[in-house]
Amino acid sequence: MDIILENIGKSYKQLKALEHISFEIRPGELFGLIGPDGAGKTTLFRILTTLLVQDKGHASVAGYDVLKQYREIRKCVGYMPGRFSLYQDLTVEENLSFFAAVFGATITENYDLIKDIYVQIEPFKDRRAGKLSGGMKQKLALCCALIHRPKVLFLDEPTTGVDPVSRKEFWEMLKHLQEKGITILVSTPYMDEAELCDRIALITEGKILQINKPQTIVDSFPRKIYKVRTSDTYRLIQDLKAYPKTHSAYPFGEYLHFIGNGEHFKGDDLIHFLEGKDHLQIEVFETKATIEDSFMDLSRQTVRNV
Amino acid sequence: MKRENIITVENLTKTFGDFTAVDHISFEVGKGEIFGFLGANGAGKTTAMKMLIGISRPSQGKAQVAGFNVLTHPEKVKLNIGYMSQRFSLYNDLTIKENIIFFGGIYGLSPAILKAKSRTLIQELGLQGMADSLVGSLPLGWKQKVAFSVAMLHDPKIIFLDEPTGGVDPITRRQFWEMIYREANRGVTIFVTTHYMDEAEYCDRVSIMVAGKIEALDTPKNLKQHYQVDSMNQVFLKLARSGQ
Repeated sequence: MDIILENIGKSYKQLKALEHISFEIRPGELFGLIGPDGAGKTTLFRILTTLLVQDKGHASVAGYDVLKQYREIRKCVGYMPGRFSLYQDLTVEENLSFFAAVFGATITENYDLIKDIYVQIEPFKDRRAGKLSGGMKQKLALCCALIHRPKVLFLDEPTTGVDPVSRKEFWEMLKHLQEKGITILVSTPYMDEAELCDRIALITEGKILQINKPQTIVDSFPRKIYKVRTSDTYRLIQDLKAYPKTHSAYPFGEYLHFIGNGEHFKGDDLIHFLEGKDHLQIEVFETKATIEDSFMDLSRQTVRNV
Repeated sequence: MKRENIITVENLTKTFGDFTAVDHISFEVGKGEIFGFLGANGAGKTTAMKMLIGISRPSQGKAQVAGFNVLTHPEKVKLNIGYMSQRFSLYNDLTIKENIIFFGGIYGLSPAILKAKSRTLIQELGLQGMADSLVGSLPLGWKQKVAFSVAMLHDPKIIFLDEPTGGVDPITRRQFWEMIYREANRGVTIFVTTHYMDEAEYCDRVSIMVAGKIEALDTPKNLKQHYQVDSMNQVFLKLARSGQ
C-alpha cells in the first residue's frame, strides 16, 4: 500500500475538520478525493505531505510514517497545493531549476517525466510565472512537482476555476503520468472528474461518505432516478417541492433529477401529477445515477443542509 | 412584443498595447433573461465583464447597462447593478448582519429600509440563529447564498455573477440556482459566468467567447443542435478548443 490512513482526526478549535478517516491507496492508483469546499480535503493533504500534524490516528506514505519519518516522505512526494504556489517573479525556467536544485535533482535527469507537459509551456520559458495564464501556471506547477521523480503525487484541486477544455487536458496528462507508475491522489469538487479515477472517496464535512470504484458507486445507487422536464422549469421546481411523493428533485442541467418516495413509486404517477398542474411538453423517463446523484443522496443522509 | 434590453453592446473592444483582449463584440440581453457568458480562461470574458460593470474603460465601441452608458456614466452603472464573484463576495471579518448594513449603506438604503430587508433576508435563508456569526465561519455555499441576497438589497434590474458557485457543494449549488430562478421570475436580469456546464443549461441563452470574439450565441438547445452534440459541455469543448 502506498498511502495508509488509520482513524485520522484533526480539529481546529471547535471545528472538526476530519473525523475517523481510514482508507488505503494502492501503488500506481489514480485516486480521487471528491467533495466540496470545507470537506477536509486540504487538511487531509497537509497531513499526508507532513505539513500538518494530526490530532488522532496514524498515516503513512510510501511506507514511511508521517510523524516519525516525515523527512523521507518529503523527499519522495510531489505536491501541488490549491493555490498557485510558485515564485511569481521567477521565469518558467528559473522556477523549474530552483525546484530541481532543492530536491538535489537536475532538469535533464528527469526530463522524460515532464517532457509532454513542459513542451506546452517551453515557448514561454523566459516569461515570469506571475504573467502566465491560469492553464499554463497549472502546467508549470505540475512540472515542478514532478521534477524530482516522486513516487507519490498530491494534487489539491488542480482544476478548480479552470475551464472545461483545460480540465479535460489536465486529466489526460494525469492518465499519462499514471502509466509511468506514479501513485496519484487528486482532490476535486467536480463530480464529473470522479469518473476518471480508479477509485474515489466521497468526502463532506470531515467525514467519508463512501469509497469505491466510481462505476460501483453509481451502479449500486439504491433508488430509481427520473429525468423530468416541462416547458416551465421554474414552476416545475415549485410544484415538485410541494408534491408529497417527492423524495428529492434537483436541477441537473436540461432536466431535473427526480426521486420518488418509497419503492412503489411509478413514473406514471409523476406524469399524472404534472398533467394535473397543467404542465406542457412533459417528459419523464428513467435515467442512470451519476456520481453527483450519489454524493447528494449520501450527504443528505448525514448533513443537515436539506 | 418587443422586449426591453437591459444590456446593449456594440463593437465593444479592449486593447492593452497591441494585444486585443476583447475584439469588437456585440450582443443584447433582455429583461428577465438568464444569460450565460462563457469562455475558456484567457478568452476575454473577465475583461469584457469589467467593462460592463463600469470598472474598466472600453478602448472602442459602446455598451449600455441598466440604462446607462458604461463610458460616460460608469458610476451610475455601478449603482444600478448587483455584483458578486467567487473570489470576493462578503467581508469574512464582519458578521452577516454587519455585511448587510455595510453594503446596504453603500447602496444608499435608509436605516429603516435596511432593517426591514435585513430581517427578510435572514428569515428567507433560515439564518435566524446566525445573524451575528462572522461570515468567515460559514461554509462556502452559505456565504455565496448570503452574498447573492446582499447583492440584491437595492433591488437592481440586473445582477452580474462571476463564477459564483465554484467549489460549492452540489446541493447548495442548486439551492443557489433556485434563488437565481426566483429572481429571474420576478423580472431581474441575470448575467452569469460559470465553468459548470450543467449550469450553462439553466440559461435562456449562452454566449461563448474565444480569443476575444463571441463565437456562439444562442439557446442551449439550438447550440446543441447546431453542433450535433448532447450537452453544453460538448458544445464548449468543440468551440473553445478551436481557439487554442
